[in-house]
Amino acid sequence: MNQPVVGVPQMLPAQVIDTSTDSREILKHARVAARRRNLQDWFVVDVDAHHVETVSWNEVVQYIEDPVIRDQAIYFHKDRIGAPPYGLNGDLGLRYQSVGGRIPHQDGLREKVDDVSVHRDVTLTRRAMDSLGVDNMVVFPTPMLFLGLHPQPEMEVWLSRAYNKWMQEKLLSADNRIKFLAVLPYNTPEEAERVVKETAGKKGIIGYAIPSTRHAPVHHNKYMRLYSMIEETGMPLSFHAGYHWDDPSLKTVNRFLGMHALGFAWPNIVHCTNWILNGMPVRFPKLKVIWIESGIAWAPFLMQRLDDQFLMRPSEAPHLKRLPSEYMRDHCWYTTQPMESNNLKALECTLDMIKADTQLLYASDWPHFDFDLPSEITDLPFLSEQTKRNILGLNAARIFNLDPTPVKQL
Amino acid sequence: MPKPYLVCRSDELKDGDRRVMSCDGTEVGVFKVDGQFVAWHNECPHRSGPVCQGRMYKRVLEPIDSDGHVRALAYDENVTNIVCSWHGYEFDLKTGANQGTDKIKLRKVKLEEKDGHIYVVV
Ligand code: FES
Repeated sequence: MNQPVVGVPQMLPAQVIDTSTDSREILKHARVAARRRNLQDWFVVDVDAHHVETVSWNEVVQYIEDPVIRDQAIYFHKDRIGAPPYGLNGDLGLRYQSVGGRIPHQDGLREKVDDVSVHRDVTLTRRAMDSLGVDNMVVFPTPMLFLGLHPQPEMEVWLSRAYNKWMQEKLLSADNRIKFLAVLPYNTPEEAERVVKETAGKKGIIGYAIPSTRHAPVHHNKYMRLYSMIEETGMPLSFHAGYHWDDPSLKTVNRFLGMHALGFAWPNIVHCTNWILNGMPVRFPKLKVIWIESGIAWAPFLMQRLDDQFLMRPSEAPHLKRLPSEYMRDHCWYTTQPMESNNLKALECTLDMIKADTQLLYASDWPHFDFDLPSEITDLPFLSEQTKRNILGLNAARIFNLDPTPVKQL
Repeated sequence: MPKPYLVCRSDELKDGDRRVMSCDGTEVGVFKVDGQFVAWHNECPHRSGPVCQGRMYKRVLEPIDSDGHVRALAYDENVTNIVCSWHGYEFDLKTGANQGTDKIKLRKVKLEEKDGHIYVVV
């Protein structure tokens, strides 16, 4: 008997993944998974990924139009040691997403980037797209998602406009694959309208985003012209969820886990309820509304609750000619992430109820701790290949008017 | 055909050390924990993330006193968890069991110690 030949293993470059690890190494298994599933031939759109805009806040504040506020921001960053990003509200230190460093990519992507010909975030976004198997990635900000609760509505206007401009110049101009939903300073409707007027048709801008974390009534008359303008552009309007621990309804929740689980669904549940019961789908039948980053398990819950109550009190929602769930199914779109998939039977029912074949859009939420891979869709045992292709990219191609030719390099 | 791969000398690994490697494409993590060697596939049962490249933490506990009150969190010094860096799933490094449910486990790799050397067979 011959002795078996002893192999020599190759040590992996990152023995322990930390905040300095190259994201291509962190996501190496994702790339393998995408290759195994032949995603090179699938058109994949990630409708919700993030970058950390505050890393570039020194640059962003240079784009503030108001010369006085711009100078204040510049001096704030020049002179104050250890200052948080100028003008931003939010939860400052209550950012426990990484569970004490257990999920390092959530705390920071401090990897080496040599290419200085484009903004660092362009390189990081390209690395993410080619690792996950994505052709077009829609990039959202992160701490700015709290601006809807800012005590100064003007600050939401100044910073949203500055950020939108910075995004166009630094990211969208550099890579056709990066897409953006222009951020609306929603607490000041006429300024939100101005953003729509100025950005419609601009390179890379494929829709509009309202950070959902706010106490604004989405059905108020002051927003009707805004919706009509967006409907006119043919581009979708999205509500991007976010938690906020200062929300009185969450104040007793002491674990980040609980607050995050509820907090990311809650604002979209509230806004969607108002949206439907006030007949927005009837008033703006061509306006495509997307509910982002609340997962999808909330949708069947809300459909059932609203249908049940509506039939008992239809006179309180006189616009509705059909059940609330039918409007939620035919007039709303949903992003997948974080897709609740521990109970496949429940998931199958959810996908059926929201008509996933046409209404569901894949989103990764990379680099956040609960990011999802495209393989979570391709591996579902109860969907046809065509439905999987629709969810992963073709539904997005249709509503965002994108060319569905795969361009990624897997 | 399973084939042995030479990882390192046994005395090269101290408690808490690891070697994460590719054995002709199969990724494996070898660990020394509480004086014992263990080896797992570097593929998380959640979404195939690189679990063996995660950070290690002692398991977290929340002791309850005789009044049923809790006051502080604590570490269980007897259980070392490896945490998958992708989404934070935690596994007992010695048994491979997931902290949240016994339905999820790391996949074991055969490990041999011979003549002062560690081998994995994949
Ligand atoms: S892949 Fe390991 S925690 Fe998700």
